[in-house]
Amino acid sequence: MPESRSAILQQIRAALGRGPLSDAAAAALDARRPAHPRIAVDDDDLVARFVTRFESRSGTVARVSGVDAIPAAVDAYRQAHGLPPRAAVARPLAGLAWPAGFIHHPGPAGQDEQMSVTPCLAGIAEIGSLILASGPDSPTTLNFVPDHHLIVLPAGRIVRHFEDAWTLLRALPGGLPRATNIISGPSRTGDVELTIQLGAHGPRSVHVLLVADADRATP
Amino acid sequence: MDVSSPRFKEKAVIALADPTLRQALGQSRKGFVNKRAELVAALPEFEALRDQARDVKNHVLENLDHYLERFDSAVTAAGGHVHWARDAEEARNIILGICERVQARTITKGKSMVSEEVNLNAALEKRGYTVVETDLGEYIIQLAKEPPSHIIAPAIHKTKEQVSDLFEAAHGGPRKTTVADLVTEARLVLRDKYFKADVGITGGNYLVAETGSSIIVTNEGNGDLTQTLAKVHIVTSGIERIVPTLEDVSLFLRILARSATGQETETYTTLSTGPRRPGDVDGPEEFHVVLVDNGRSKMLGGKFQDMLRCIRCGACMNHCPVYGAVGGHAYGWVYPGPMGSVLTPLFVGLDATRDLPNACTLNGRCQSVCPVRIPLPELLRELRHQQHQRGISPPVQRRALGVWRFVAERPGLYQFANRLAARALKGLSGRNGRLRHLPFASGWTALRDLPAPEGKTFLELWHARQT
Repeated sequence: MPESRSAILQQIRAALGRGPLSDAAAAALDARRPAHPRIAVDDDDLVARFVTRFESRSGTVARVSGVDAIPAAVDAYRQAHGLPPRAAVARPLAGLAWPAGFIHHPGPAGQDEQMSVTPCLAGIAEIGSLILASGPDSPTTLNFVPDHHLIVLPAGRIVRHFEDAWTLLRALPGGLPRATNIISGPSRTGDVELTIQLGAHGPRSVHVLLVADADRATP
Repeated sequence: MDVSSPRFKEKAVIALADPTLRQALGQSRKGFVNKRAELVAALPEFEALRDQARDVKNHVLENLDHYLERFDSAVTAAGGHVHWARDAEEARNIILGICERVQARTITKGKSMVSEEVNLNAALEKRGYTVVETDLGEYIIQLAKEPPSHIIAPAIHKTKEQVSDLFEAAHGGPRKTTVADLVTEARLVLRDKYFKADVGITGGNYLVAETGSSIIVTNEGNGDLTQTLAKVHIVTSGIERIVPTLEDVSLFLRILARSATGQETETYTTLSTGPRRPGDVDGPEEFHVVLVDNGRSKMLGGKFQDMLRCIRCGACMNHCPVYGAVGGHAYGWVYPGPMGSVLTPLFVGLDATRDLPNACTLNGRCQSVCPVRIPLPELLRELRHQQHQRGISPPVQRRALGVWRFVAERPGLYQFANRLAARALKGLSGRNGRLRHLPFASGWTALRDLPAPEGKTFLELWHARQT
């Protein structure tokens, strides 16, 4: 309600003992780009740090030699977990040579979906997390509905800090996506007696396909 | 939610005598405290991050009007809607209005303390909507028809057996007895609800002025299913939860999970920026943010402004010996523990909450772990001061303080009284130097002996040393 908006703003200004900020003061605030302390990430090998951190929260990682090896890695995972040959596969990955009989569709993921395969925007070495940007090429349901979420991460897309990921986000054609999901492992809960249990509501398993050949990794 | 804070003492006594509660509280809190301590010890930057987080919050509060306006514009530019609510009733009406307009039936909810604060569920249910809490802890207490007892672990007071009972009654048998089976059962039951939901309501840990994004930080993924699968996503958040830029978000992400659950990071951090876009195959068709004031703007510029830095991590209650002894329900409203003992009197009034600022030993542990360095003991002391000024504190306490003041302002009399008391108490004590009974102090001596003075006052000993 417009009158509530002005009433709240007025009350804030009264409490702060001033009127609206001058244009110059407002512009100075808008130009503010703080450089806060970061967590030291000395590791020359960002990949190793990413993997160690991600695995510390029950995430799993498989190294894949190149983009072309992704379908085989997905199929191996599928067989190891006794899943049917079907997955929601995000559009940029649909053109890969999927095995005969492997059914895939670009989403959204429905209630029966057991497995999804998606790209990601980047990996963040600092805490070993993945950052996914929603869009037609990366529907959000693929990140949360299936029990098994497989994420393709080219090794060259692992950045050091959150701040580096923000730079990538801001550079996206449409600016920030509708949903930006930072995913750090399988869904978990500690709500019953603080006992950690995986697979609360989101995926029970999050599996990273770490693609070695960074140059050719376009997904 | 009704305020039962006036019954703090009565409820605290009941809580202290409840062995199940003791069991639940004892196990859980130790986990939070130890895990936090390990992570903090492993992070040399932690203290610098706390300083910076405090400074950024102060900066936001000094410029809150500006950042709120920027956030509003950015949400609108992303195709969303911002609603401003002066109080709880207005917040409820805004949300009821949206639900009515889209002809909602089922409403799913991620965890939101602001929605507890404005008593949203009762209002929605009264209008006939089916409201489903999807955070496992919130779901458990919704089944138990209880308020949360902790701001990040709402069912921390429940044991596994109690959860088994609740699930058996709600879902029908067979009874599940392991944590894994209980979690799976809730997962299956709630899956249907997400897909059926017309409206999904979540909280907002951070509102980013630069981008118009609202952020939730969770472990379960329920908030994401809630907001992705419903046709309409409504965010409820306090006006003070604004952060200026994404750079500031990284700062808070570095301290929140470590302070709250003792995790390096929670599993999911989600930035939501507007509704479904052209070409999207999923996501909500509408995106609304309800900015709730409800007393916050009145705290600005005054003695309690520091409290507006709170990022709702729960570290203060995890480390509070009083909370650890009585649990969250005794506090009688939405926010328990040290932060609640400050917020509740400010939100619902000093009169109904007389015991809360006094249910504190001023030991300072809360302040020592607060990631944004809120001087909680100082704020609690200020509330006690205001209680005294306004004549709310109990008459006996006021008279006793009056007597103490009369004596304390007269050094000769004070020292004489001290000498008298030191000698009298020594005389009363047994051979072991302890007092088993003392007039006016049965609250202490009923449960333990009082060590008696040695017979000389501090000043007497001091003077003896100086000469």
